[in-house]
Amino acid sequence: MAESASARYRTALGRARGLGSSHHGVGHFITERVSALALIPLVAWGVFAALRLAGTDIHGASAWVGQPLNAVLLSLLIVAAFIHLRLAIQTVVEDYVYGFVAKTTLLVLNVFVCVLGGAAGVFAILKVALIGAL
Amino acid sequence: MVELVLPKNSRVQDGRHWPAPAGAGKVRAFKVYRYDPETGLNPRWDTYDVDVDACGPMVLDALLHIKNTMDPTLAFRRSCREGVCGSCAMNIGGRNTLACTHGHADTPGKAVQISPLPHLPVVKDLIPDLTLFYAQYASIEPWLHTETPEPQSEWLQSPEDREKLDGLYECILCACCSTSCPSYWWNGEKYLGPAVLLHAYRWLIDSRDEATGDRLDALEDPFKLYRCHTIMNCAQVCPKGLNPAKAIAEIKKLMVERVV
Repeated sequence: MAESASARYRTALGRARGLGSSHHGVGHFITERVSALALIPLVAWGVFAALRLAGTDIHGASAWVGQPLNAVLLSLLIVAAFIHLRLAIQTVVEDYVYGFVAKTTLLVLNVFVCVLGGAAGVFAILKVALIGAL
Repeated sequence: MVELVLPKNSRVQDGRHWPAPAGAGKVRAFKVYRYDPETGLNPRWDTYDVDVDACGPMVLDALLHIKNTMDPTLAFRRSCREGVCGSCAMNIGGRNTLACTHGHADTPGKAVQISPLPHLPVVKDLIPDLTLFYAQYASIEPWLHTETPEPQSEWLQSPEDREKLDGLYECILCACCSTSCPSYWWNGEKYLGPAVLLHAYRWLIDSRDEATGDRLDALEDPFKLYRCHTIMNCAQVCPKGLNPAKAIAEIKKLMVERVV
């Protein structure tokens, strides 16, 4: 493997220490697990609710979303899912993508897409709940 | 991105076939990875037909038999021949292990396939370059850190606290675990890997050590520690039967413990 002159003269310990520890990571670890914990009941409830709504028409469904408890739980499901998704995609990018530019671009894009998805989802729920679907 | 195929000059080609000597007893083929940086040629698979009746039961016995009687140019590391030094770690039949404690009869397949530890630069034949691995070990400062003035005799430790080091101190740094870990393959420059993290934990839970917080500080990093995704290859291949994945999980628990 071709190596640059600076890499050749760097000591192994210098390489191993690199830029040192960033002193973060435990937050990601905890949030990943807490959001997973929240998603267990929320997803179970969401699947159950979706199955119950399968035979309903749009007016029935929008009335269901309009009920305060359903609107709140749906919003929480969306928010928890996108928080968890953002952390998961971040892990995948960190694992497999090398290069500062490619990596940071994807990490920033990941935040934007997940926040956008979450915001759009919550807005849609609020709109249906407060104004109605049509 | 992650490299899914080997670069052109690393692709392994078919090599030489070394037949068994006339009058050999039971013969088994040993397919061995050969690479000599001085020739500028690609690595190759040489196949040696070894008279297994004439050599000992372990893969290392067969390699020594090859080197002594068939091909003196074959290069590999070995020292203690009893699973204590960790020098002869290599990939045997697709699994990282020590050649000295692994029987060639226990290796499945027609031929016993032997290659160096995966995803490391190869110095020659079965000898990988472990420089970074050792430097990563040095980077966790694997010695007792204390500020309290040294006692007259030794630092004392209760038998219960000493027991906490069991399953950790036995590690011989053979690198079988780290080089079997996909996270270490993809991010080996920044991820410390299972062996080094197991040692890091060994010093974290040593009741005599006074730098636990500093040690945790040095480890809290998305790459140094949190690349471990509990893939568990480390625990599967450890020739000493240790569980580095569990040690890493314990470090992650300590990280949580100090923020909650």
